Amino acid sequence: MRRLGLLLLGAALLTFLLGPVVWQARTSLQPEASLGADGALPFTLEAWRALFEREDFLWSLFNSIAVAAVTTLYCLTVGASAAFALARLRFPGRGLLLATALAITTFPPIAIVSPLYLSLRGLGLLDTRMGLVLPYATFALPLTLWLLTSFFRQIPLALYQAARVDGCTPFQAFRRVILPLAGPGLTTTGLLVFVFAWNEFLFALSFLTTPAKRTVPVAISLFAAEHAEPWAEIAAASILATLPLVVLTLVFQRRIVSGLTAGAMKG
Amino acid sequence: MRRVGRGAWLGRERVQSVLLVAPAVATLVLVALFPIVAAIWLSLQRKILLFGEQSFVGWDNYLLLLSDTRFHAALGRTFYFALVSVALELLLGLPLALLLHRAFPGRGLLRALVLIPWAIPTVVSARMWAWLFHPELGLVNRLLPWLSVNWLGTPGWALHAAIVVDVWKSTPFVAILLLAGLQAIPEDVDRAARVDGAGAWTRLWRITLPLLRPAMVLAVLFRMLDALRVFDAVWVLTGGGPAHTTETMSIYAYKTLLRAGNFGYGTTLAIANFACVMLVAVVYLRLLGPGREVE
Repeated sequence: MRRLGLLLLGAALLTFLLGPVVWQARTSLQPEASLGADGALPFTLEAWRALFEREDFLWSLFNSIAVAAVTTLYCLTVGASAAFALARLRFPGRGLLLATALAITTFPPIAIVSPLYLSLRGLGLLDTRMGLVLPYATFALPLTLWLLTSFFRQIPLALYQAARVDGCTPFQAFRRVILPLAGPGLTTTGLLVFVFAWNEFLFALSFLTTPAKRTVPVAISLFAAEHAEPWAEIAAASILATLPLVVLTLVFQRRIVSGLTAGAMKG
Repeated sequence: MRRVGRGAWLGRERVQSVLLVAPAVATLVLVALFPIVAAIWLSLQRKILLFGEQSFVGWDNYLLLLSDTRFHAALGRTFYFALVSVALELLLGLPLALLLHRAFPGRGLLRALVLIPWAIPTVVSARMWAWLFHPELGLVNRLLPWLSVNWLGTPGWALHAAIVVDVWKSTPFVAILLLAGLQAIPEDVDRAARVDGAGAWTRLWRITLPLLRPAMVLAVLFRMLDALRVFDAVWVLTGGGPAHTTETMSIYAYKTLLRAGNFGYGTTLAIANFACVMLVAVVYLRLLGPGREVE
């Protein structure tokens, strides 16, 4: 009896969480004109074909990949060396740096939209894709620092000390000994940063105006046709925008969970 | 082997540390600390972007906040949204975590599947739910034909529709945090209680939940801070409408900043949002934390 109750509860929760996604996938495979009709609809790729004829949307895929990739690369490069120092070296201001990074994650993005807008405009970076990378670092870099610091701390201290005793400078010890061992930590952190940058909306909406420069979330939020909203096409676009993330999540589930919980528990 | 004095050893470490952290520190100063200070400065200005007009007005914008009823409504609405969303997320996330903690075949797959709403971009999830809430064609109204509500177009309903979207998207995150908390509880405690004859219900209430408290405190804190800053989901779902009834603090600030080009008062609204987040974090941690040592 109790088993049955648990099973029903689980099924209800699962339906709530996954049902909408299934429904969206189904919608994307139906003819736009007869979406309201009852009963089984014919299966069609009409919406997908229409989606791939939208040049702006194809650009937005490219833009999102580029911005997310550059953000990830930048944060890992800048973050890894700093996180190593935070994890293993003694220097003044260490605690302050970690605390500041943590405090920054509580900023509402809207609070810094106006100064960033004015700065980007001053630098001529407004409405450029690469102009998004620095604002993205505002939130991605603190995340990187916390995650990587905790990963580097898990690499045995003895390895670092041995490298130092053998004559490595701290920097050499980092490059030759610690970094080659940090693959899993870098992968997890990179994934979470990529997901963050791929999903980011407010900055992209505020700083980009040219349609061909938009990222996927902005493109999807503004998706419209001449007359009515093209729901089947929006559904197809949603599935396409989500697919890479869902694949990454399913493949790296363990890594992502450990990253999320590590990030959370440190806080 | 080279002989290095302790002083030189530490000195080199210090110099190299500074070099290692310098790029990260410079980035944070440039993209986070400078902007937040600049934002506070902007909030003391009268600045309309279009006219290139700027003048220092001191606390005027903050005094305006006190008499701005649209702001008061947004403030109350934001807190209502955050409290209801987070309460529901905890209410659904807890049983989900307890279920995922049990051993059963296919558990790994199920844990991955449950994460899908978390992985979906917020904008996409809002669009997805807008379709589900569509007045004539949406699944919700087709499943509940006797209700037939225009969910997103009716004041009163629209904010609750936004809450549903937030709950849908964030319950997996809460469940994963709680699951990590459950895994940290030693099995012996539960086993000992079982040997002593405690039933499943008693063990849940007397053992699991009290030991899970730190994880719950943390999950609620994270979600509260996020929900108070909510923008994406509501903006895409309703744009703040109908009749401002879903206008949260960040949406009001966004409209004032980028739609009206009022950078002075708009920034003040955004800083007010920031102040709320900080205030909640501090009060919350004073009352409930620290459940867990910060490393």
